[in-house]
Amino acid sequence: MNASVIVELVYLLSATLFVVGLKRLQSPATARGGNGLAALAMLLAIVATIAENQILSWTGILIGMAVGGLVGGVGARFVKMTDMPQMVGLFNGFGGGASALVAIAEYLSYTGGPGAGTAGVTMMLGTLIGAVTFSGSFIAFLKLQELMSGNPITFPGQNIANGLLFAAVLATAVMALGVGGTDPRTMFYALIGLSLVLGISLVIPIGGADMPVVISLLNSYSGLAASAAGFVIGNMVLIISGALVGASGLILTMLMCKGMNRSLANVAFGAFGGTASVDRASIGQRPHKRADADAVAAELGYVNSVVVVPGYGLAVAQAQHELRKVGDLLEARGVSVRYAIHPVAGRMPGHMNVLLAEADISYDKLFDLDEINDDFASTDAVLVVGANDVVNPAAREPGSAIAGMPILDVDKARRVIVMKRSLSPGFAGIDNDLFYMDHTLMFFGDAKQSMADLAREVRELG
Amino acid sequence: MGELMMGLYVFVLATLAGREVITKVPPTLHTPLMSGANAISGIAIVGALVVTGRAEGTAQTVIGVVAIAMAMVNVVGGFMVTDRMLAMFRKR
Repeated sequence: MNASVIVELVYLLSATLFVVGLKRLQSPATARGGNGLAALAMLLAIVATIAENQILSWTGILIGMAVGGLVGGVGARFVKMTDMPQMVGLFNGFGGGASALVAIAEYLSYTGGPGAGTAGVTMMLGTLIGAVTFSGSFIAFLKLQELMSGNPITFPGQNIANGLLFAAVLATAVMALGVGGTDPRTMFYALIGLSLVLGISLVIPIGGADMPVVISLLNSYSGLAASAAGFVIGNMVLIISGALVGASGLILTMLMCKGMNRSLANVAFGAFGGTASVDRASIGQRPHKRADADAVAAELGYVNSVVVVPGYGLAVAQAQHELRKVGDLLEARGVSVRYAIHPVAGRMPGHMNVLLAEADISYDKLFDLDEINDDFASTDAVLVVGANDVVNPAAREPGSAIAGMPILDVDKARRVIVMKRSLSPGFAGIDNDLFYMDHTLMFFGDAKQSMADLAREVRELG
Repeated sequence: MGELMMGLYVFVLATLAGREVITKVPPTLHTPLMSGANAISGIAIVGALVVTGRAEGTAQTVIGVVAIAMAMVNVVGGFMVTDRMLAMFRKR
């Protein structure tokens, strides 16, 4: 067996381990090991690559690896769990950028353009997808980090402008192949520039509430870019890994769209999130019942079953740890406490689960919408913390702004307690009938303070 | 069968395998799934190493080294942060 066969087998093992590693993510009990396997797969792929290729100069390679490894390591070690969406967004961008650069470096080997063969076409695809991922992810990062406004940036004729831009990108890509008369190198640089602009212009019209979709989609793109880079250099492990990431990102994108009952096209071109078309003046003017920590503790402390519905307001207020204390105290009193998590509760898929896990809430108490929705009718009390649209019964009424969106049926429980700053509307910009129902109590205040007060009162129930 | 067709077969089948595996990942692990997938897209490092290893001029070398650094951020950062998150998922 010669050396190149061994290298190919190592690549095959690496690709296999990526799939097995992902498979282990099917359960929280095996997930950590699965991530370890995927990391091992990566190490094998890197070692095989170095063994296979005649490395002329190590200096640049070592510097690149050290700098990248250090930046990634420091970021991973110190990032706050609430900031995970923007970190993943930024990493998506680096992945896409790296794939684009691989295609670009390859292109520079051809003085007259690579021609319209496999190598040429995949170079164009890798450059295009990678550059769009890079600049789009950077905008997503800026929005999530609130370095730029989360509101959609729109202008008349935006979709037409984007369409023209995309056409220009395709035209430059064809000309950069070097099959026409134009200078291919210049066209290639134009392709890079226009692709970067396209990435920016595709993400700026998308509002903060839709970021989970965008992050997922860019995740998918970063995989496709890696696959394209695989075609460029003729490496199967890149093609396979890229395809896995592409599939993963696309599945999550579709789940997020389903969670908001919106099509991908509507998210991409609808400029939702922030553009409330509803008369806000009338919101919150109807009679509602209020309760303080003392009363809420009594409502929760003497029943059999409580379901907590955490929303993004909980994370903003950093009240997860106080919530866990309340949960522990209630459980100590014999109350069954479970957590119902809407698909778009956080700023990225599964974000809320991570925040609750960080607060040391056991993962077997976290339930998704499909698992728990039928149980609300037999639940004694629901505690909604900083969530709004995802528990709005208006979703069941045809014609409302959120009609058809899957919601947690909390209004079916015997008692509903809503912990919230005010009666103000959520991202959809519409009033929530839940707040004014007969069996609903509004517990106003900052989630962290309210939760701490609630813990104290539950403790004093005796 | 040409190299392109072979690559396309592999790409399509890997996408289907990915779909089968990933649809069964529970929503509670979707963030680690995404950051893990992110780390896997750092596989671009393989391409970056190849182009840097055979770079013929300063431009190619610089581009290659930057690509290595970017991919490495994904690889190291992605796997580490995923591990950090998964370590928090405990059953009590």
